[in-house]
Amino acid sequence: MDLIALLPFDLPHPALLAAGMLEGTVLAAVLALTALGLSIVFGIMRVVNVAHGEFYMLGAVLAWFVTHTVSGTVGGPPWLGFAIALIVAPLIVAAMAALTDWLVLKRLDYDPEATIVATIGVLYIIQQLALTFYGPDARPVEAPFDFRVQLPWFGYSGYKLVVVGAAIALMLVVWLVLTRTKIGLVMRATQYDRETAQAFGIPVDKVYAGVFALGAALAAIGAVLIVPIQQAHYLMGGDPLLLSFIVVILGGLGSLKGTLVAAIFIGLSDGIISTLYEPTLAKILATLLVAMVLVFRPQGLFGARAA
Amino acid sequence: MLTLSGVDAFYGNVQVLRGMALDARPGEILCLLGRNGAGKTTTLKTIMGLVRARGGSVTLDGEDLTTLPAHEIPKRGIGYVPQGRRLFAEMTVAENLEIGLMTRGRGRVVRERMLDLFPLLRDRMKQVSGTLSGGEQQMLAMARALCLEPRVLLLDEPTEGLQPSMIALIRDVVVELRGSDTAVILVEQRVDAVLSIADRVVFIENGTPRETVDATILRDDPALVQRYVGIG
Repeated sequence: MDLIALLPFDLPHPALLAAGMLEGTVLAAVLALTALGLSIVFGIMRVVNVAHGEFYMLGAVLAWFVTHTVSGTVGGPPWLGFAIALIVAPLIVAAMAALTDWLVLKRLDYDPEATIVATIGVLYIIQQLALTFYGPDARPVEAPFDFRVQLPWFGYSGYKLVVVGAAIALMLVVWLVLTRTKIGLVMRATQYDRETAQAFGIPVDKVYAGVFALGAALAAIGAVLIVPIQQAHYLMGGDPLLLSFIVVILGGLGSLKGTLVAAIFIGLSDGIISTLYEPTLAKILATLLVAMVLVFRPQGLFGARAA
Repeated sequence: MLTLSGVDAFYGNVQVLRGMALDARPGEILCLLGRNGAGKTTTLKTIMGLVRARGGSVTLDGEDLTTLPAHEIPKRGIGYVPQGRRLFAEMTVAENLEIGLMTRGRGRVVRERMLDLFPLLRDRMKQVSGTLSGGEQQMLAMARALCLEPRVLLLDEPTEGLQPSMIALIRDVVVELRGSDTAVILVEQRVDAVLSIADRVVFIENGTPRETVDATILRDDPALVQRYVGIG
């Protein structure tokens, strides 16, 4: 008996499934990078940064400014503008995040509830500044290079595969820094016990400013990588913020391993479901999954249960 | 010498220390005794800058510590073993020691000295510190603070919940510090343990130092202890 014939739905064509998985992998890579920033900030500072998506948007908008200036005004090649954007945009975003930490979060003594409200304010400030100086239009950024990788059924963008590789490499660097360096040791000590960290000479305020800047820079790098695929727009921070929250809640707040696993899961499922069915269905299912996790395993898949 | 003079400290609007004054001399073990809530732990936290002094001064060899940010104070040579050990529980033993060594830029030699002092830790270097026994955790907390090679060591109830053999070990280490010119400020609930090693005792009541007495006098007159802390 042909079991496949008994299924109540048509199986997707392997090519369509492969395309969905590839698109999902690209989304997962950028999402993991962005969510990692949110997770590190919460894990170490206990601050839920609602403005995280706006740092992502700012990275994309700055990437447009830089590439537009280098290619349009100076006449440089696309790869040069992109390479400069990949360095400059995260640095500017990191500096703005450090300023936000100093002007807002530090003054609230990193109170978890107050900082949620404050970062909502920061979200609107950054968004409206982008609208004022960048405008309401979505603008494309040219990919730094253009080659296609020939797969059995179709050719696929080589740039997208490079994005996946770059995101994996960057996450590996972050993991090495956190687990193998003195800076990582200091960050983890601050995470586990802020007061005792101070009693051992750790300048907690500086660590917090650095962590907040690092989290924002990771989001900005994700945005610079994605902006040749999606266009830069002043409202583009909403989706990555929602997905990052979904990933971080699923994985367990502050858990690096959980963030990566959940990002891969959400990215792949979003890519496959969006390609085969509807992007909205992917978001509905992801949000439903978060609701289930919050009910049955509130600490997330890899998070530690609160004492 | 560490000197507190007229120190006032608050938790929010509640005043906990009122004119706290004491001095800890090199090579001396100074014990703080008092009932629960008298202000002993707050005194140590105020020295460390974790509770800010709103009045008075805390000086180390003439340098005012109250104007320094909290993270600068341990760099001046003040080591702290907090109540309940407060290890970085998800880090390994080696990482906890590394944090102590980093504070004043100490290296491998000091670490080896600590491992000679607490040999049990040598076999546990890769173990996550939260999984150590209570006694081992206390050894690690002591070793981490001693990695600073402190001029002043603050110990907040270091023998709390430990078995007698471990208490004896901690006690021996504290007594040994006397020879290295380290000033020790010890907060303890166990009066017998305090009197056997202390040089001087400060009785604290409602955040105020009532009296500072030579430990030899207290050893000869237990009624004095009874009068101040109601235990003997």
